Amino acid sequence: MSALLDIKQLSLHTENVRLLYGVDLTIAPGERVGLIGESGSGKSLTAMAATGLLPTNIRASGSITLAGRPVIDASEHQLNLLRGTAAAVVFQEPLTALDPLMRIGRQIAEPLRRRAARDGQRLSGTELDAAVLAMMGDVALPDPERIARAYPHEISGGQRQRVAIAMALACKPSLLIADEPTTALDVTTQAEILCLLDRLVRERNMALLFISHDLPVVAGIVDRVVVLRQGEVVEAGPVHQVFAHPQHAYTQSLVAAAHAFDTALGAVP
Amino acid sequence: MSLLKVDNVTFGYSSGKSVLAGVSLDIGPGDTIGLVGESGSGKSTLLRLLLGLTRPNSGSISFNGTALDPRNAQFMRAYRRQVQIVFQDPYSSLDPRQTVLSIVAEPLRSLKIAGDHRQMVMEALVSVGLEPTILGRYPHEFSGGQRQRIAIARAIVAGPSLLLADEAVSALDLSTRIRIVELLKQLSASMTLVFVSHDIGVVAALCEKIVILEQGRIVESGDTKTILANPQHPYTQRLLASVPRMPA
Amino acid sequence: MTTLDQIAAPNRRRRFGSLTLWAGIALVGIHIAVGLLTVVWTPYDPSGMTGGRLEAPSWLHWAGTDRLGRDFLTQIMIGSRIALIVGTGAVAIGAIIGVTLGLLAAFATKLLDDAFAATLDILIAFPTLLIAMLVVAAADTANLGSAIFALGIALSAIVARLTRILTKRVLLLDYITAARTSGTSWLGIVFRHILPNIWPTLSVSFALQFGLAAIAEASLSYLGLGAPPPNASWGRLLQEAQGTVYTAPIGAIAPGIALVSLVIGINLLADGLRDSVDPTRRAR
Repeated sequence: MSALLDIKQLSLHTENVRLLYGVDLTIAPGERVGLIGESGSGKSLTAMAATGLLPTNIRASGSITLAGRPVIDASEHQLNLLRGTAAAVVFQEPLTALDPLMRIGRQIAEPLRRRAARDGQRLSGTELDAAVLAMMGDVALPDPERIARAYPHEISGGQRQRVAIAMALACKPSLLIADEPTTALDVTTQAEILCLLDRLVRERNMALLFISHDLPVVAGIVDRVVVLRQGEVVEAGPVHQVFAHPQHAYTQSLVAAAHAFDTALGAVP
Repeated sequence: MSLLKVDNVTFGYSSGKSVLAGVSLDIGPGDTIGLVGESGSGKSTLLRLLLGLTRPNSGSISFNGTALDPRNAQFMRAYRRQVQIVFQDPYSSLDPRQTVLSIVAEPLRSLKIAGDHRQMVMEALVSVGLEPTILGRYPHEFSGGQRQRIAIARAIVAGPSLLLADEAVSALDLSTRIRIVELLKQLSASMTLVFVSHDIGVVAALCEKIVILEQGRIVESGDTKTILANPQHPYTQRLLASVPRMPA
Repeated sequence: MTTLDQIAAPNRRRRFGSLTLWAGIALVGIHIAVGLLTVVWTPYDPSGMTGGRLEAPSWLHWAGTDRLGRDFLTQIMIGSRIALIVGTGAVAIGAIIGVTLGLLAAFATKLLDDAFAATLDILIAFPTLLIAMLVVAAADTANLGSAIFALGIALSAIVARLTRILTKRVLLLDYITAARTSGTSWLGIVFRHILPNIWPTLSVSFALQFGLAAIAEASLSYLGLGAPPPNASWGRLLQEAQGTVYTAPIGAIAPGIALVSLVIGINLLADGLRDSVDPTRRAR
């Protein structure tokens, strides 16, 4: 089966700075891949590049193929067709990912309506409302009717992130890209959101690109991992293998650091 | 005798919202205590109270037996010499328009501490692992980890007996985080440390004692290893169960 | 700031940025040089009638003469000095009053601050010129000093509002809390931390206000509310040129060009200043 996302030798640079160099990344349909990196590694840039969302002053070379279509140098129109259907993104900061002046219900309705339109159906009125509530139920939002009428600042961080996930899922994407989706959340909320993502991705047979700097988080949700450092891939492989036997010195230091905190916590309850 | 004693402190806003309810804490000299709480736990407010930036609605805070009185300027000057803080965000806790020397020397200047300030600053920088030659540089020239070290240097330059840390490593990368935690561990050998964080893994690596805050109340406290091995309160249990663990 | 944020910020046309700044410095510089020169020397005695009336530009009188036979170039040059004095004076007064009020408002209780903000917004809704005219009328004298004072008052509202909002923003930052826990007094915080950090943005505003003051002063003089000759400003010269604009157009063109060149120079300077003060460039 052909890859859903195929990035080959991707290099990104602005006029004087090299941001990404020779990055290879492939995701097959239904596969879950983790992209690990610290700040400045270029992990978010890779995700933006995959969906054609890079700022205009960044030049890209190499090739990116999403659902069989080229992304680099594609026209805005072609990219628009890909976004949502091929890949949807959930960002780190739910407060800024949602429109502060629009009620939640309407924000979820938008992608639902558009996706239905692309499929050739017309979704509106009570049908649309029902679809919105169903979507909110899928992401386990409590009291959906009340939340649908609320504004983003009136609900909690965890709830906002669920809304962001709902909006991404409403597009029915083949690939879900999650860029540090739980970093801004409390520990207990993080656990819930990770659980939710895990379940939804499995239920809908979506592929997942999970970007994070948090090693234990990544270990719990992906099968394969790619480690980025200052724009280059330093190691890649099945997550348990990479974490148990890291080959590259950088990966080793990351794993050692993660283990240090993990060991301090004592035995797993 | 305890170094810092918090006695049944409550804090809430006039709108009726309660932030801290009946919090009591005993910090002994030489302790390293971790204050763990999620958002809404009141940990930030507790820190502000400990710093004398706000006063509690009821209850008292005493340092070395004397009650904390933020309105007494002379007392506060002596207090601030003894109690210092490191903030979470290394990008906003350093004045971008001041040199490293000026930033780290500020407590010495404002608290009118005698001595060769320049020399004291250089010693503080060395003890946090930075070169003493950076005195004339500006914050934007440094990375997040280095800025945090500068912030720590500022906090220890006056020789405080109590160091407070407000999520001091939360904004840092993993590899930097472990190094700063090691630095703090080293420093805690010669001073008392109160480390506030939502990250129980970091607290576990750094602190001997742990205090768990939930919605403005202390739900559990005691020796770190004991509590981690055998958490009693359901919130603590939930917290520990939620922490993502490395695969075996 | 993630790498993405830093890069996505538009890379301000750096090469052109410095061009703007230098063009601005050049234009303003010429006026400053001319203005300073007139303190010690002018081509002719400003009040002396050294030529025929309304002569056209010639080798003797580069800009011709005015209706009383005084050398016109001298008048224009003095105008530079007047414009610079008024601009500097007005911006300085506006700055002192405005910054003080703005700082006080930022530290005031919510109620006081809200009332203050509302008052400022109402004041700013009035055109600078109108306020200046009111102040001059109230002062009941029309001279350079009253014009400067009036403009200063008018500008102070803009400065106060800007200072207030910038200060409030800075007060939220951790380094202010760090200064407090270091034992620094509020006064110390204002001078060491707040003023240096709001200064870059304020200075750009001052530069722009300078241009505003120059035009406002010209307008006041044009309406007869400014300084009388021989301290005549360009506005006054324009007023005098009204009657003879068809027969001796230089009378209106010369002061016009002088005023426009100064204000454009100031705006270019402010633009160039703003680019060098841009935090997204500093972040690198």
